Amino acid sequence: MSDDQKNTASGGQTRQRMLTFHILRYNPQDPDSKPRMQSYQLEEAEGMTLFLALSEIREHQDPTLQYDFVCRAGICGSCSMLINGRPGLACRTLTKELGTDITLAPLPVFEHIGDLSVNTGKWMRGMSERLETWVHAKEEEVNLSKAETRMDPELADKIYELDRCVECGSCVAACGTAQMRNDFVGAVGMNKVARFKLDPRDARTDDDFYELVGDDSGVFGCMSLLGCHDVCPKELPLQTQIAFLRRKMVTIKS
Amino acid sequence: MKVIFTDVLVIGGGLAGLRMGIGAKRRGHEVIVLSLVPPKRSHSAAAQGGMQASLANVIKGQGDSEDVHFEDTVRGSDWGADQDVARMFVNTAPKAVRELAAWGLPWSRVAPGDREVIINSQRVTITEREEARGLVAQRDFGGTKKWRTCYVSDGTGHAMLYTASDRAIAEGIEVHERAEAIALIHDGKRCYGAVVRDLITGELRAYLAKATAIATGGAGRLYSITTNAVICEGIGHAIALETGVACLGNMEAVQFHPTGIVPVGILMTEGCRGDGGLLRDVDGHRFMPDYEPEKKELASRDVVSRRMEEHIRKGKGVKSRFGEHLWLDVTLLGRKHIEHNLREIKEICESFLGIDPAEKWIPVRPAQHYTMGGVRTNHTGESPHLKGLFAAGEAACWDLHGFNRLGGNSVAETVVAGMIVGEFIADFCDKPENTVDAPIGLAQEFVEREEAKLKTLLNGNGAENAFKLNTEMQDIMTRSVGIFRNGEALKEGVENLQKLLERSRNIGLTSKAPGVNPELVAAYRTQKMIKLALTVAYGALQRTESRGAHFREDYPNRDDQNWLKRTLSFWRDENATLPELQYETFDVMKMELPPGWRGYGAKDYIDHPDTAKRQAEIEELRKRMEGEGKDRFAVQEALMSFRDKLPENLRGLNERIDEPLNG
Repeated sequence: MSDDQKNTASGGQTRQRMLTFHILRYNPQDPDSKPRMQSYQLEEAEGMTLFLALSEIREHQDPTLQYDFVCRAGICGSCSMLINGRPGLACRTLTKELGTDITLAPLPVFEHIGDLSVNTGKWMRGMSERLETWVHAKEEEVNLSKAETRMDPELADKIYELDRCVECGSCVAACGTAQMRNDFVGAVGMNKVARFKLDPRDARTDDDFYELVGDDSGVFGCMSLLGCHDVCPKELPLQTQIAFLRRKMVTIKS
Repeated sequence: MKVIFTDVLVIGGGLAGLRMGIGAKRRGHEVIVLSLVPPKRSHSAAAQGGMQASLANVIKGQGDSEDVHFEDTVRGSDWGADQDVARMFVNTAPKAVRELAAWGLPWSRVAPGDREVIINSQRVTITEREEARGLVAQRDFGGTKKWRTCYVSDGTGHAMLYTASDRAIAEGIEVHERAEAIALIHDGKRCYGAVVRDLITGELRAYLAKATAIATGGAGRLYSITTNAVICEGIGHAIALETGVACLGNMEAVQFHPTGIVPVGILMTEGCRGDGGLLRDVDGHRFMPDYEPEKKELASRDVVSRRMEEHIRKGKGVKSRFGEHLWLDVTLLGRKHIEHNLREIKEICESFLGIDPAEKWIPVRPAQHYTMGGVRTNHTGESPHLKGLFAAGEAACWDLHGFNRLGGNSVAETVVAGMIVGEFIADFCDKPENTVDAPIGLAQEFVEREEAKLKTLLNGNGAENAFKLNTEMQDIMTRSVGIFRNGEALKEGVENLQKLLERSRNIGLTSKAPGVNPELVAAYRTQKMIKLALTVAYGALQRTESRGAHFREDYPNRDDQNWLKRTLSFWRDENATLPELQYETFDVMKMELPPGWRGYGAKDYIDHPDTAKRQAEIEELRKRMEGEGKDRFAVQEALMSFRDKLPENLRGLNERIDEPLNG
């Protein structure tokens, strides 16, 4: 063990900062509620994340505060919000990486539920239904007693690489087109199309995929601003996937 | 009152719930799934390591079969598992892997040829067979004789959940997101559905169904330090308990995972140790071989967790401002392996600890991880006490895991139980006598009762704070009902929880905000959770032996003579402050694997009087049949017939490289 590691473990006591959170408050279920910014003060603690900070505010200062956390480990994609104006997963954002004034707001584009909570689930289900984000099997019945169909190990890894998306909505919130077009499938949708296009188990052809994303609500709506790529918490290669898909789709109809 | 009708109401949108729903829907029944969150955010997503199924594709899995998986599971459970259920499970697990493969799950696959792995801290070269090329790969996990854990890099649960969830969308299954079942509708004999609160508007609705299935996962949030997601509060367990008719099995069986990060308890997957990671103490010494020479870091989770705590008690922990911890060392696996196969671990270490696990050790300590206890069901997944109520997955006790679950058997259970119970639910709904004459009056009565309870919380001017009570409950559970338990601490814990329960009847709210009202949510959930905590603590107090994850310092031996039985908790009287306990006794003479030493952990246990007799019977039968040239299936069938308990479509054998199927 290095000395450095020993130091981290014992941890010297330092004076904690006082943080001020400026949070967008609005409860659409309450006719008297108006959108407003509300401020809360909180003493920073060692290893404090926005999850820990917001939980403390709700439990000790304001029990009406709404937000969405589930795994609190950066795995489930529930808690994306605008952190100082930029979409990101709140649960794995450490306060020590931010200044003493922290502004939090709900993601744009999605239906607002209340305060920092938005309905990404409804949006994602709509996208999945529209793009049919499942393998369209070549055969209806699978004999479950028989060995599985073989797959190239590298191809399996490539598919998983794109399958890592957690549908957090950050890419949609960071997208110029999505702000203007309600029907835009976003980088999340295009990444899924790229994923199923890669999958030999899916019987759909390039023409079928063209039907799904070959217009302005799909690949041709993208303005190449690539905010999606910059904010993706899973660092998915969104830029490459969108460019790839667009080239493919152009060649189909040219 | 808004009433919604369906054939099957599934409560919980994780892997178990979705798979049950798909099964019932494919048989032609209408299904609605309720989910607290969008289903793809369920806690199933957090299962990083993998799913056990005896495919025997990799070279280190050669020779694996249902038989070996069965024995590992029963030993892991410390003989608390229902052996029929364990047999049904191991036979179906390979089918579940293959079904998911057909649905598009990107399982990691075998590449033939040489590869380097770490085994017992040594770098070893193993050679995968050409015949295995492109088949689903397996890795090593704790408490298993063979490499059996199928995986998708380090995101197995995530990939499984997305595949199952997208499959459910493909089947047109309706999911009502942000909807919470807060009471079951029943008449004391039959379950008819649930009272459901909308977590956006706060509105109450009644759902009426032929079959109601609970798949709400675990109750890790009864403890302060847990790997579980914040939604794992056991509310599905609680609404079953609150019927006063259905009961919970083995609630005292709580698993602590050896490697939660300090202080927040986020999970470091067992894959870290499965792939060769080590546990070290304050001196950097690898201590597990001192305690467990056979399995070392890869003994079962209950054993490793206890050994870690024991080692800390000996003064070998690392002191930190968050208390003491030990180190998980994965540096020996090399950067390439960590960045490829343990990427989630790397991300978590970077985000929450600010360290690079390829270079530094990870501070870990055991954290609450898995709820073996659950809604007691028979092998079909149905409650033996309340007709029409089913349960599957972590929320159920059907009972695969007994007193300790093996790593890799939980996500496996979700989809396997989903496949099996989904079929039985469909069978149930097919029967004309199970068609419900929608009991609207009863639904009205239940909705009004729940409305009244919420009104009392909102307007009753109670003096207690829900958040505070919840924290106190977690502290009591952590202090008195943790890894090491004893009569005195448990008694004190039970008494404190009883006081807390009484106080929870006097919760008041500071906010009456319309809509979901998070404080109101905390209030009604805390009332339910304290009852659940009491089933755990009281069950643990009464069980005067040590078995699996339940360890009593004052009764350190497993006692098969007195305790080879399952605890059942009922809550018949709403005003009681304790559950009523009953016990279900096991029949050793019907076991395929009678109780013995697990192969790791303590060797001293008190035998059941029938064990020797049954053991002799088995040995004789095995010798005779093997002498007659009977194969392993015939011998197994003679020992403990299980196949006809499975739904017909799942009874088939499983193909392997070394066990090809004819035709």
